[in-house]
Amino acid sequence: MQTTTQDVAVEAFLPSPRPVQLIDPTGAEVTQEGTRRPYAMPTADRLQDVWRHMVLGRRFDLQATALTKQGRLAVYPSSRGQEACQVGVMRSLTTRDWVFPTYRESMALVTRGIDPVEVLTLLRGSAHCGYDPMKHRTAAQCTPLATQLVHAAGTADGLRRRGEDSVALGFIGDGATSEGDFHEALNFAAVFDAPAIFFVQNNKYAISVPLSKQTKAPSLAYKAVGYGMACEQVDGNDPAAVLAVMDAALRHCRGGSGPFLIEAHTYRMDAHTNADDASRYRSGDEVTAWLDRDPIARLEAYLRARGLLNDDQANAVRQEAEALATDLRDRMNVDPQVDPMSLFDNVFSQSTPQVEQARAMVRAELDADQEEGR
Amino acid sequence: MTTLEAPAATQTLTFSKAINQALRDAMAHDDNVLMFGEDVGVLGGVFRVTDGLTKEFGEERCFDTPLAESGIVGFAIGLCYTGFRPVVEMQFDAFAYPAFEQIASHVAKMHNRTNGSVSLPMVIRVPYAGGIGGVEHHCDSSEGYYAHTPGLKVYTPATPEDAYWMLRAAIDDPDPVVFMEPKVAYWNKADVDTSAPGQPVGEAAVRRPGKDVTLITYGPSLAISLKAAAAAAEEGWDVEVIDLRSIVPLDDRTVMESVRHTGRCIVVSEAQEFAGVAGELAARITEQCFHSLAAPVLRVSGLPLPYPAPMLEHTYLPGVDRILDAIERLQWDDEPDLTHHGVQS
Repeated sequence: MQTTTQDVAVEAFLPSPRPVQLIDPTGAEVTQEGTRRPYAMPTADRLQDVWRHMVLGRRFDLQATALTKQGRLAVYPSSRGQEACQVGVMRSLTTRDWVFPTYRESMALVTRGIDPVEVLTLLRGSAHCGYDPMKHRTAAQCTPLATQLVHAAGTADGLRRRGEDSVALGFIGDGATSEGDFHEALNFAAVFDAPAIFFVQNNKYAISVPLSKQTKAPSLAYKAVGYGMACEQVDGNDPAAVLAVMDAALRHCRGGSGPFLIEAHTYRMDAHTNADDASRYRSGDEVTAWLDRDPIARLEAYLRARGLLNDDQANAVRQEAEALATDLRDRMNVDPQVDPMSLFDNVFSQSTPQVEQARAMVRAELDADQEEGR
Repeated sequence: MTTLEAPAATQTLTFSKAINQALRDAMAHDDNVLMFGEDVGVLGGVFRVTDGLTKEFGEERCFDTPLAESGIVGFAIGLCYTGFRPVVEMQFDAFAYPAFEQIASHVAKMHNRTNGSVSLPMVIRVPYAGGIGGVEHHCDSSEGYYAHTPGLKVYTPATPEDAYWMLRAAIDDPDPVVFMEPKVAYWNKADVDTSAPGQPVGEAAVRRPGKDVTLITYGPSLAISLKAAAAAAEEGWDVEVIDLRSIVPLDDRTVMESVRHTGRCIVVSEAQEFAGVAGELAARITEQCFHSLAAPVLRVSGLPLPYPAPMLEHTYLPGVDRILDAIERLQWDDEPDLTHHGVQS
């Protein structure tokens, strides 16, 4: 049968038939066959860098979970097991790129270089966002699902209009692909050729609901095709593959070819949050099977087999991770001081009489308390 | 030889043309101002409010979007991160509801939740309310939803001059503004001086002075309130009419001064009465002017029903007779006895 121009165009949108994988769970290199695009093994120094940040990221994640048990965090959504996605994406982006994270991206934001205490401010409960989004080009962590993707599309369009060689990347999970804003964001980004990357971490559960009850689509990556958007699916527990697919997506977006969707197949090793009992909806065998696909162990095996990582280097990174955890624990054990009057500071840039009346009322209450020595 | 005349500073404009002129002037003044929404480009909007803007400024500045209200508002939020000042059009009041999640969860809260780091200098234009024979979902009074959401400013001009200057102010405002345009006023015509800013937003306007009773109103209900005040005058009642102009911020001062002066007050609003802006006004007036009131504050509002089919909207909407009946219900013959309350000696 003759190949038409339309066939070629459709082909360009399609993801690879199987998730792209460069390193298998044993640490062996996988020969590239049948992928839609060529994917090269990232350089040794990038892989070493990603391994180091994954170790740091997991230690941070474990510490944050511990802080929840100690009552220092109101809630914590762990991303343990998703290190290749969280770290691989962030080590591919530059500081001039924008990021639109969800509540699960704490590890990604720490990898971006944001102070871990500032990252955890939302979950600690002392403020809704602890860092400066404009300074870090990182939007506030979003709790409503998929709503931040439309912002990413708009920001990507703004970057295009400004002539910046930058992208806006939005993270979501598999459940959020069912939301209306997922559709609207993809459609807007595609129509306006916006340099946006939609990174779906398909970790198999939306709180307790499995992927099979979320969608009938054979792959979440295919959802992009309907919008006229290029896409790819990747083994989300293979850090090398995540880097390689991110590189392709970034080339695509920076080259002016519009948005790109990546579906990363991964697994959430812990419950949705500490408030959830994962044993009610998934089996221990399933969790154990995913332990064998651990992204950190996989890359470590690959690096060690090639002499790119030795015990001394590994121990140095693990010590660095312990120091990070100790520092985080020490700083989080100090009760944050929150000024009640700050409530009124940022409702508006230009306040209203009604907000000012409320400010005066609370000021008077606090002054009275002080006079009475309370 | 011909002499080029400077454009007249004062023009006679319809309400919709005044908004069009405000958009044109704001876009000429600042390249960061973008106008987008459904059918706002070549068509110029279903009410022609954006007429000619694409032709004048190009498709990069005034453009059509896919049909998706949440997408439109969310896209505008994203553009704000890169320094743009988006103005978006929600084609009709009830069509904005799919965007409510973006408006309530993000537009209203972004400045607050980012500790003032992120500003959203965006304007959401909403043609609203009824009186034009619109079919279902085309005539809602949705101002209460927005006014109830902390972090949003809610403007509702009633005159062409306010339409022009309040939109210019909304576009200049660093905070997000929901700009409610009463559709019934689109074809009203008046002189607009585009050379000198009008009355500042946040101040209510006394549209008709009076000493016996205060009608407080805004947007689509101003015209009927003025009509009722004129009819009441024929029966000897001197009615003051206050146009709020903005619901957020609310000008308590002008409202309370008027009510303390007249001692009687009716809030006229087209929105259904229950849990609405009119009730908020009544509560505030009772709290702040209790000792000056000779009668309870009354509301004349839309009925507690979904907005009806066009052939029944005249029954639904507050009209002159309903306002005059309310004036009668204000216990007209009783002089307020303020001495018991220690207000007057």
